[in-house]
Amino acid sequence: MEIPGPNSLAVRTENVCRHYQMGEALVRAVDGISINIRAGEFVALLGASGSGKSSLLNLIAGLDRPTSGAVIVHGNDLAALSREQLAKYRLRSVGMVFQSFNLIPSMSLLENVELPMRFAEVDRRERSALARQSLERVGLSGRLSHRPMELSGGEQQRASLARALINRPKLLLADEPTGNLDSRTGTEIMELIHSFNQSLGMSVLMVTHEQALAERYAGRMVHLADGRLVADVSNDDVSNDDVSKKSSAPPPRGETK
Amino acid sequence: MKFYDVADLAIRNLRESVFRNSLTTMGISVGVASLVAMLSLGIGLQQLASRRLQKSGLFDTVVATSRRDLRNFREPREDGPPPAESPSLDEPARKKIEQIPGVVEAYPDIRFVTEVRFDGKAHLTMVAGVPFSAKNNNDAFDGMQGNFFSSDASPEVILQKSFAEELLVITPKPGTDNTSIAELAKPLLGRELTMRYAERTSSPSSSLGQSDRAAYSVVSRQKALKIVGLTDLDPDSMRGTARARIFLPLKLAQDLHVMQSNLRDTSASDSPSYTSLSVRVKNPNQVPAVEDAIKKMGFSAFSIVDATRSMRQFFAVLDGFLAIFGSLALAVASIGIVNTLVMAILERRREIGIMKALGASDADVRGLFFAEAGAMGLVGGAVGVTLGWAIGRLINFGTNIYLERQHFPPAQIWSVPLWLVLSAITFSIVVSLLSGLYPASRAARLDPVQALRYE
Repeated sequence: MEIPGPNSLAVRTENVCRHYQMGEALVRAVDGISINIRAGEFVALLGASGSGKSSLLNLIAGLDRPTSGAVIVHGNDLAALSREQLAKYRLRSVGMVFQSFNLIPSMSLLENVELPMRFAEVDRRERSALARQSLERVGLSGRLSHRPMELSGGEQQRASLARALINRPKLLLADEPTGNLDSRTGTEIMELIHSFNQSLGMSVLMVTHEQALAERYAGRMVHLADGRLVADVSNDDVSNDDVSKKSSAPPPRGETK
Repeated sequence: MKFYDVADLAIRNLRESVFRNSLTTMGISVGVASLVAMLSLGIGLQQLASRRLQKSGLFDTVVATSRRDLRNFREPREDGPPPAESPSLDEPARKKIEQIPGVVEAYPDIRFVTEVRFDGKAHLTMVAGVPFSAKNNNDAFDGMQGNFFSSDASPEVILQKSFAEELLVITPKPGTDNTSIAELAKPLLGRELTMRYAERTSSPSSSLGQSDRAAYSVVSRQKALKIVGLTDLDPDSMRGTARARIFLPLKLAQDLHVMQSNLRDTSASDSPSYTSLSVRVKNPNQVPAVEDAIKKMGFSAFSIVDATRSMRQFFAVLDGFLAIFGSLALAVASIGIVNTLVMAILERRREIGIMKALGASDADVRGLFFAEAGAMGLVGGAVGVTLGWAIGRLINFGTNIYLERQHFPPAQIWSVPLWLVLSAITFSIVVSLLSGLYPASRAARLDPVQALRYE
């Protein structure tokens, strides 16, 4: 996979659609979205429940395939990749953080963070050292042998972040990373994501309900409604809370805060 | 993923549901155990029969006969000289046969019907000469009462059980065989019996003249013989209707020059000529080569190795049946594996989704489930072999208690050779892997988005 330059495109979607057949009805989860994300950019995806945020994130993560249109990440059309190549893409190029942390309960934090490196066939000693470093970076060096259930939500999400970054991905995809956390812990996590975005130069695409967090940390906010892009606003342009004022698209519906 | 990581994760997963996986593994163990127990008995019985047959001389004996057939029964054969021109099966020929590589000994078959007197009563029976080597090579003499002959020419006899019963006038009740050999031996061992026989002597004054070597006289003789042993089994069991019930040392039997139908020209004592010789071969594999060598010398030769083919066939079929019945339990166990792994997929659906989101390939997930199936197969196989070994041993133990009560010598009817251990474990792993095929591919093809949504 090619290495993106500072101004090159990390992600490009071209009129991408993801439609599901649910009995008689056709659900248009993603319905013709075209966006570009530059390398190193921090983009927040906002929208109501069912607006297609997570579906779009899954398409960019290579977990799902579009019904039509293209998803091009670092110059590679994901639709053209085989299942095996998509797995490699997820392993090498993408880091994922989920709302419900998704740590494996039977493994310690260290083992959870090491897991992607097992798939990457990294040597045992090397991966142990890297996982320790990564957990140290998120402030969990004293919790290496704890199981997820023994930790607070904030600690679990930090471990999940350490795991997402372990293979040094160029793109971090976060699906409501603060959704299960109180506001103070949520802010801590956002600070971490922001600092990694700044220090490691990775692109971040974050799905969130919380407009305030998005405005504070993201460089750009993309609003979706009913599977369509309704606003794409650079944070530099945003003044106060008035999104519609700077956007050419109609204001998003639903529970944006 | 590397093999170590696959194995490590598989063992970790198996430990997570230790109770359920133990039950499944136990199912495999029972399957393997029944297979091993059945086959160990099949193999044990086969070995027992083979040992018995081998010691009876079926496997390692070639019978050499002269082509000079008095009755001219046989058709002229293409692979040797015509009967009239074939060499005489005499003492030099016997010595020459003993020189053939692989031959342990070649001895004439001495066997005659004669009268034996004991306690003033006459009994008519078949008498046979036994080579001294039979002490170690015929298992009928293994568990005998008393002793084997003290030398190759000592005036001693060994009696077969049924003849001992006849001498003591004991009639076993029909359908029972309860007279103990030890009880029979007590009044007989050390006592003497008298054998009356017809000696064939050379007859120089024959009216047919010196040149006729066939001229002989028959003289009535008798010889006192000491009873030294009593056998329960029949050392002569393969002789059919010509089975002997009294056995003499072979050298003694030869020296008696008994008039018998199958020994010719004994009058020329320097070079007796035999109609047949028993040629004992070191290894049953060498039988065909020895047979060929004897034929090349101008004699007829045959062995009964071929007769064992049907026995081997029987045991192959028996083993096949036992293996099928044993495998049935393993087949049931394999359904248990499929069930356990399908349950594991349902339970670990989200985990599979997480692994795929983190970059696990289909092959990684498939490998993981395969390894879990294989590990259950390996542990189940190892435990099953141990269990099967123990069951076989127990059956052997029980059978021997029964045999002892029935006054039979103990027998090893159970055998677990290394190849059975290894192939049972391999079979268990292969069956487990085959059972894991469907669950593993199902897990590998899970849609990660669906799997991640699963609570």
